[in-house]
Amino acid sequence: MTDTTQNVVKPQSALGEFWYYFTRSKGAVIGLAVFVIVVLMAVFAPLIAPHLPNEQDRALLLLPPSWMEGGKASFLLGTDPVGRDIFSRLVYGARFSLFIGVVVVSLSVVLGVVIGLIAGFAGGKTDIVIMRIMDIILAFPSLLLALVLVAVLGPGLMNAMMAIALVNLPHFVRLTRASVMTEKTKDYVVGSRVAGARWPRLMFITILPNCLAPLIVQATLAFSAAILDAAALGFLGMGAQPPTPEWGTMLAEAREFISRAWWVVTFPGLAILITVLAINLMGDGLRDALDPKLKRS
Amino acid sequence: MLRFILGRLAILIPTFIGVALIAFSFIRLLPGDPVMLMSGERVMSEEKHAQIMHDLGYDQPIAVQFVDYLGKIAHGDLGRSVVTKKPVLEDFKALFPATLELSICAIIVAILLGIPAGVIAAVRRGSWVDQTLMGAALVGYSMPIFWWGLLLIIFFSGFLGWTPVSGRISLMYFFKPVTGFMLIDSLLSGQKGAFASAFSHLILPTIVLATIPLAVIARQTRSAMLEVLGEDYVRTARSKGLSPFRVVGFHALRNALIPVVTTIGLQVGVLLAGAILTETIFSWPGIGKWMVDAVFKRDYPVVQGGLLLIAAIIMIVNLIVDITYGFINPRIRR
Repeated sequence: MTDTTQNVVKPQSALGEFWYYFTRSKGAVIGLAVFVIVVLMAVFAPLIAPHLPNEQDRALLLLPPSWMEGGKASFLLGTDPVGRDIFSRLVYGARFSLFIGVVVVSLSVVLGVVIGLIAGFAGGKTDIVIMRIMDIILAFPSLLLALVLVAVLGPGLMNAMMAIALVNLPHFVRLTRASVMTEKTKDYVVGSRVAGARWPRLMFITILPNCLAPLIVQATLAFSAAILDAAALGFLGMGAQPPTPEWGTMLAEAREFISRAWWVVTFPGLAILITVLAINLMGDGLRDALDPKLKRS
Repeated sequence: MLRFILGRLAILIPTFIGVALIAFSFIRLLPGDPVMLMSGERVMSEEKHAQIMHDLGYDQPIAVQFVDYLGKIAHGDLGRSVVTKKPVLEDFKALFPATLELSICAIIVAILLGIPAGVIAAVRRGSWVDQTLMGAALVGYSMPIFWWGLLLIIFFSGFLGWTPVSGRISLMYFFKPVTGFMLIDSLLSGQKGAFASAFSHLILPTIVLATIPLAVIARQTRSAMLEVLGEDYVRTARSKGLSPFRVVGFHALRNALIPVVTTIGLQVGVLLAGAILTETIFSWPGIGKWMVDAVFKRDYPVVQGGLLLIAAIIMIVNLIVDITYGFINPRIRR
């Protein structure tokens, strides 16, 4: 007789299943690893950076990276036009980029989900008004709207983040509303309502957890888009202001030196690209892991 | 079909009024006196202030002011630039062809490279070709294009000396604009070398502006192709013995392109946002640079008018995309 118990597969937890599908994509794992490194860099910046971000050495202006002729070992990626260590500024800059991503995504997710839930649930005129307002926001190119908003609010990192959060809002509203529309007529929701659940409970406890998958994927995309937009605003002089070691602002300061010192331009941009790329790789992996349609294939 | 178009138009009107409301409120949300802001002056006598306030209609109730503003928009009056003193619409008309020329070149490059890349990646799914192409597309999609532009300048203009750094054409050439498109005007002028100069000025900005649309189109084409390649009719076409080229290029691609057309249409917003950065880097005299300069010079009538015009362009293009989509995909019309 054969032992049948050996063939029984243990049921996986939801998290385990998610992890299984997520790690099937090599890109997603690499993205996650790079992202963790960036987070560690931000958290332990004072331990990693050999210099303070705004520490100037007037004797060492535009020093080339350490491996080039004339470079110094203590200035790994060289110095900028006022003698600050580029590597240290990049390490501290990671704090700003991650902070921007977290604030923007939190603001637009919280507001977007609440407004989307209201639109999807209330229907009728409320829905029409909300969706028209979102259409209006979407009619502007995001960077242009953010630029004009910052012109109204005044340049600076905080205002730039608020502007970018507003520009990101419609995506979350639309996504939440669409999910609510499909979920709200399903039996489990009707059952909950018949059992006497009130609107807030139906909205946040019954329906919202079932709409989370697309929202998580969108939040990842919004995170990387926020970093890019904030860097673009910084580059245009409308985001974080000097001497903040924000990557986009660093690029703006370095622009006039591109013909003389390639490194002051190359490294801040590379830092933006690597971080955004890592988050987008994770986003692709998340989408594949959370999308039931793809799992079956 | 007519009902479909009318329905889309009906949605467009309230959206446009909303956009106008944002442009209208923008000036009133700014810190400071709107009369000073709109006239661009710092010191002003009381009488002159009252006179300008009356001329601009700012002494009227706010609702009347808004209706008045809508009326002015309908007549093409978007105010005057504080800097050039010319009507905003006139400045816009003079600069828009530069942005349009650059955007058209960028979208052509993005389509010509993006669609084949997506098709090849889909057909060779999972191979190293697919992985390389999609890896490159994701890098393009994640690219901070303002940095990308600077890198290209360092390499092609600085190191190799192949391409010019800024502007639309060498200062050696001068001719009156006919179409506003430098490539066409330089040919029409008959001046030797003018076309080559205009073309070389276009190369780097086009690459920079095309990068993100190219990546998006390639990714979208690949996923649309993958969906279609699994359909029954593609299998039928294969089993009939048609050549792989005919199956992929003719039967599959035609249906896969339906969602790609929408994606291409949606790139207009991306292109206009990208133009802000690209034109700033390459000193390209288009509306993107015009808007950035206006924000910095506090030329608020231009910011207000430009905001409205750019949103209007995006809305009209989106409408055209919607209608085109209705034509090529009859399922959506119902």
